[in-house]
Amino acid sequence: MNSADEHSAMDGTAIQRLTAGPSRAEASAMAGPAGEQAGEQAGERSDGQPIAGLAGGWRRLHPLSPLVRAGRHLVVLATLLLSGAVTHQQDSGGQGRYWDLAVVAVVVVIGVISWLVTRWQVDNGTLRIETGLLRRSSQRYPLSQIQAIDLVESGLARVLGLAELHLRMAASGGSAGRLACLRKADAEILRARLLALAHGVAEDSPPPPEQLLVALSTRRLATSILLSGQGVVTIGATVVFAAVAVAIPAAIGALGGAVGLLIGMLTAAWRRFNSGFELTVSVAADGLHLRSGAIQTATETIPFGRVQAVQLVEPLLWRPLRWCRLEVEVAGRRVRNENRPEGRQLRAVLPVGDHGQAAFLLSQLIPAAPTADRRAPARARWKAPLRYRYLAWGDSKTCIVTTNGRVRRVTRWVPLEKVQSIRRVQGPLQRMFGLATIHLDTAGRRIQAELTDRDVEEADHQLAVIPGRCRAARRTARLPRPFHGQ
Amino acid sequence: MNDAQDWTAPSTRLLVMRRIQLALIATPTITTVGLLGAFIGSAGLGGLLALVIAAVVLAWERLLHHRIRAWAYAEREDDLLIRRGVMIRKLSVIPYGRMQFVDVTAGPVERMFGLATVRMHTAAAASDARIPGLLAAEAARLRDALAALGEAKAAGL
Repeated sequence: MNSADEHSAMDGTAIQRLTAGPSRAEASAMAGPAGEQAGEQAGERSDGQPIAGLAGGWRRLHPLSPLVRAGRHLVVLATLLLSGAVTHQQDSGGQGRYWDLAVVAVVVVIGVISWLVTRWQVDNGTLRIETGLLRRSSQRYPLSQIQAIDLVESGLARVLGLAELHLRMAASGGSAGRLACLRKADAEILRARLLALAHGVAEDSPPPPEQLLVALSTRRLATSILLSGQGVVTIGATVVFAAVAVAIPAAIGALGGAVGLLIGMLTAAWRRFNSGFELTVSVAADGLHLRSGAIQTATETIPFGRVQAVQLVEPLLWRPLRWCRLEVEVAGRRVRNENRPEGRQLRAVLPVGDHGQAAFLLSQLIPAAPTADRRAPARARWKAPLRYRYLAWGDSKTCIVTTNGRVRRVTRWVPLEKVQSIRRVQGPLQRMFGLATIHLDTAGRRIQAELTDRDVEEADHQLAVIPGRCRAARRTARLPRPFHGQ
Repeated sequence: MNDAQDWTAPSTRLLVMRRIQLALIATPTITTVGLLGAFIGSAGLGGLLALVIAAVVLAWERLLHHRIRAWAYAEREDDLLIRRGVMIRKLSVIPYGRMQFVDVTAGPVERMFGLATVRMHTAAAASDARIPGLLAAEAARLRDALAALGEAKAAGL
């Protein structure tokens, strides 16, 4: 990449600061396609008259939702039936066709039943979802404990104009609430209403104004994925595979396993691309709003008070471009399709961007974030030769920052009021050099802030001081910002 | 800060229990290996193998001794301290307000010795805070005290 290219790529993602005011997306969601909203789940028209507010009785999901929920299983079934049909035609047809019809009928009946027995209701500040025919299950979600509500549209749902709502509760375990599926316009209105109720204001009050902070360019995203470790490995594997396939066509059969691996790698890369595609980050009173997705789109909220830790990663291959990635850990886990917990991936608020953007977003998440300016003592070089140049920490009144990493530098910010426990760890080598490490444990297991290889006296002093500072920070921790406060 | 606290150690019965467990595993191992060596090779080889394993077991016993002696906890006004480890020394500070729940477990062997393990859980997976080998009464007292303190000083996530 020559320097001119690089320059234009950098300009591609300029930070946009707009004046406050309702964003277009929210405004259009509220205005909605008013003409289309009829039927049992109708929401609110643009004139603000609640037609069927949340107070009503039990409601059902959209009749097509079993189709969307079945999703990929449906594709498998269709392929099986198709291949079955082909073989049946070859051997004189007859009974096989009836079996196919019977299978389809059973699947349809199951779908209809699952739709019939699933219903939901908002009652007394609680969302109740009941489902199941033989094993009834009834879930209750107190709205006051909702952390965030994500609006997710899978590919099929988008074709049908549907969307799912995922409730994120504070608890880290257990199944999160999932309303799949509603008509998209209804889902957006319901989301706004549930959030309003969750924040203790009237359910039909307008959503808070939003301000666009960052929009990600597709080109930069694609480049960043190609330049990531994962991307390089995928490209290398593809090239090797193609070369082998061309050079020794006979060996293709033996490469069956490799094909599976390759597909897995490509899927992972695609997922990263999808989750960052056309990402926009905007700020509202209740937190950062993220919208993204090429095929499956999602809208999610990262509430300010719930950010447990923030992490800035500078991968080796991105260093010439001066790019970085900003990730956050939020209490409670997100659910993806089929209630599968999100794997080891953190939520990237900024999948790729320059330091200016990262610093700007960081200032939204953690005001007045400190910089790591206290280096590890020189003798730590003998104990951690690769990491030494990155070992440092710093603090402000409310936050501690640490840097670490062998080939890529990782900077982690932990607000003091979010520290769960503090540990001092000293291995034999550290004892030899008079060093010790202080760990700051936060909720979630993916961001580990540690003051690595400090002088023993400094470590002991910090271990004695930090618990008190955390306590003070917890007491004075700002209350969640008022949601609709103007 | 380590010396200013009054540390409470696990019960001495824990060491007895661990030693008995070790002996129960070590004795049959030493005899079978010794006999096998004697049958396959000579009596000298069998004796040598048995001696080597016995030496390993004794070294292991010393390590157990140190590890259990290193384990201690201290209840401070606002947090609980737990110290452990011989090679890698660890000292954890767990604020009472951060405790999500406390559980007391006692396996069949522990029950035989009247012991129990107290475990504190915070929202962080990394803060592994457990105290093994407490007498059942002490474990119950600690559990109740921690639960009460946790409630009094509870803080949100």
